Amino acid sequence: MSADVKIVKVSGTGIAVRGNDIDTDRIIPARYLKEITFARMGEYPFYDERFDSEGKPKTHPFNNPKYRGASILFVNKNFGCGSSREHAPQALFRFGIHAIVGESFAAIFAGNCVMMGIPTVTVTSAEIEELMKLVELDPQNRFAMDLDAKTLSYGERQVRFDIPDTYRNALITGFWDSTSMLLSNLDKVKKIAAGLPYMTGFRG
Amino acid sequence: MAKSSGRTLYDKVWESHTVDVLPTGQTQLFIGLHLIHEITTAPAFDMLREKNLQVGFPERTFATLDHVVPTDMRARPFLDSQAEDLTQALEKNTSQFGIQFYGLDSDRQGIVHVIGPQLGLTQPGMTLACGDSHTSTHGAFGTLAFGIGTSQVRDVLATQTLAMDKLKVRRINIRGALPEGVYAKDVILSIIRRLGVGGGKGFAYEYCGPVVEKMNMEERMTICNMSIEGGALVGYVNPDATTFEFLKGREFVPKGKDFDRAVAYWSSIASDSDARYDDVVDMEGSEIEPTVTWGINPGQAVGISEKLPYPEQCSDPEGAKRAYEHMGWKAGTPVLGMPINVAFIGSCTNSRLSDLRAAAKIAKGRRVHPGIRALVVPGSAAIKALAEKEGLDRIFTEAGFQWREAGCSMCLAMNPDKLAGREICASTSNRNFIGRQGSPGGRTILMSPAMVAAAAVNGKIVDVREHA
Repeated sequence: MSADVKIVKVSGTGIAVRGNDIDTDRIIPARYLKEITFARMGEYPFYDERFDSEGKPKTHPFNNPKYRGASILFVNKNFGCGSSREHAPQALFRFGIHAIVGESFAAIFAGNCVMMGIPTVTVTSAEIEELMKLVELDPQNRFAMDLDAKTLSYGERQVRFDIPDTYRNALITGFWDSTSMLLSNLDKVKKIAAGLPYMTGFRG
Repeated sequence: MAKSSGRTLYDKVWESHTVDVLPTGQTQLFIGLHLIHEITTAPAFDMLREKNLQVGFPERTFATLDHVVPTDMRARPFLDSQAEDLTQALEKNTSQFGIQFYGLDSDRQGIVHVIGPQLGLTQPGMTLACGDSHTSTHGAFGTLAFGIGTSQVRDVLATQTLAMDKLKVRRINIRGALPEGVYAKDVILSIIRRLGVGGGKGFAYEYCGPVVEKMNMEERMTICNMSIEGGALVGYVNPDATTFEFLKGREFVPKGKDFDRAVAYWSSIASDSDARYDDVVDMEGSEIEPTVTWGINPGQAVGISEKLPYPEQCSDPEGAKRAYEHMGWKAGTPVLGMPINVAFIGSCTNSRLSDLRAAAKIAKGRRVHPGIRALVVPGSAAIKALAEKEGLDRIFTEAGFQWREAGCSMCLAMNPDKLAGREICASTSNRNFIGRQGSPGGRTILMSPAMVAAAAVNGKIVDVREHA
């Protein structure tokens, strides 16, 4: 078993998308799931919020040139709820987002993120409001996320964040790409499977 | 006799499927059944090829076509070349890796969460994963079932296991009995309204109490289906005589003495009477009325007799304002009488035989209101055949509903069934998210099949109890 890339630090400028309960249909409309690979997903995040029916850009942080190159996304509560589509974090990642800071994340979305090596970390409502204001006030502000120390630093300041220990371990040890880790246990897997009565049709 | 040990079904199934504790601290969990469809799997098979991996337990994965399937013309190649490409990819991948595939030419084809139970693939005490968030549906059987992303589909294909974190368990006890005209859909919408769309984060929901015990399997599936809309990855009902009766005789269910052994095992994995829960919620069944959504998430719901809430009465006033902006509705107005343009009966939430019967009972002898487009899309080819055998198709078509072939259809509009412009749809599906039904400006009102049928014939939201 070999560990993949270790993800301990993510740094860069930020971008804020405000609102609770932003679902994965809004992050990526279902029609783009008809593409057979993830290759072009980076063109589509928040598509229907960014473009009207004629394809003309609307006002949206992801369209605003002042946030270009941002790698840390700031969001509110229950971000990524709804559909399990991995296309949502794929779209964000391929657009350039490498870490997400929010008040809370939906379960499947957060799981997909960690499988892709994207940290999803949580801070309090007051802290996210301050961070969002900071990003909107000066998009050039730089943030440094340290998963080892569980801190997000900006300027002279620092905020502590939460992340489930297992997610943090997976990212900092490089086992977020879990297949090799799971495969190395294949003998144990077969043993557990053999002990489950439905695997043999409950035959006596 | 199962020893009382204070454990929930969730605890027991988790334990029996635990392979190991991983270096990350996650649990490696064996997945008893893996269901796949055409949408979230193609990149997973590509990842296998990239890593030069095989499918570890090909006999534990079953595939079908549901999301992109046209429900009017099923001739191949599909007119939509992307749908055709995805279908061909699934055909190629399942054939190359030796996976059972139920395509359009199979009488077993249908929505993945409808055919699993129908074939008896879904069984109590199993773990079940599928690249679709509504996998929680299978929890109705006492199955530990949850939705996963594409990278996780890759892991299940390669290893038949996943790296998972254990959830807490919240017991949701529905006391008393439901009034006439109130259905499983109204129950789950009321639960989500009360606990919130993010309230289930970190929890598995165990649904119990007299209301749930009295429900048939199809009703239990409707409840478990929408667990994820309440933020809960998993929702389940403890298996009982109703469960075993449903499963008996189905294709993949053991027969004879093996069935008796299965029932004994299934009974043993139910939650102990002294099980410890991380949280308990009690609700009164008799207080639930026909419930409809008014906003852009399933928690934004009201009883049919209520008025639309003012944002400041809502837990998320900003979210409520955003919802009113999209819906074009005003707080303080009654939900009763809101006009609709489209009626959709279908989806993994409400496309089973009892759903179609409830809708047909309302539609019988009536006509779809002029100008309303009304679709009935059975959940599987088998359900379609059963419904036709008892004449439900004729009731619907005589009333002016379109009777379609099985698929996900207008729940998420990945096939040609879509809303146009600002159309408002009374829908039996599970999500009223912005743009969900295929038009960025389209609007969705979630409700039970009987309520959708009543809305279709009246051209507006009505109280089904007054139109039975």
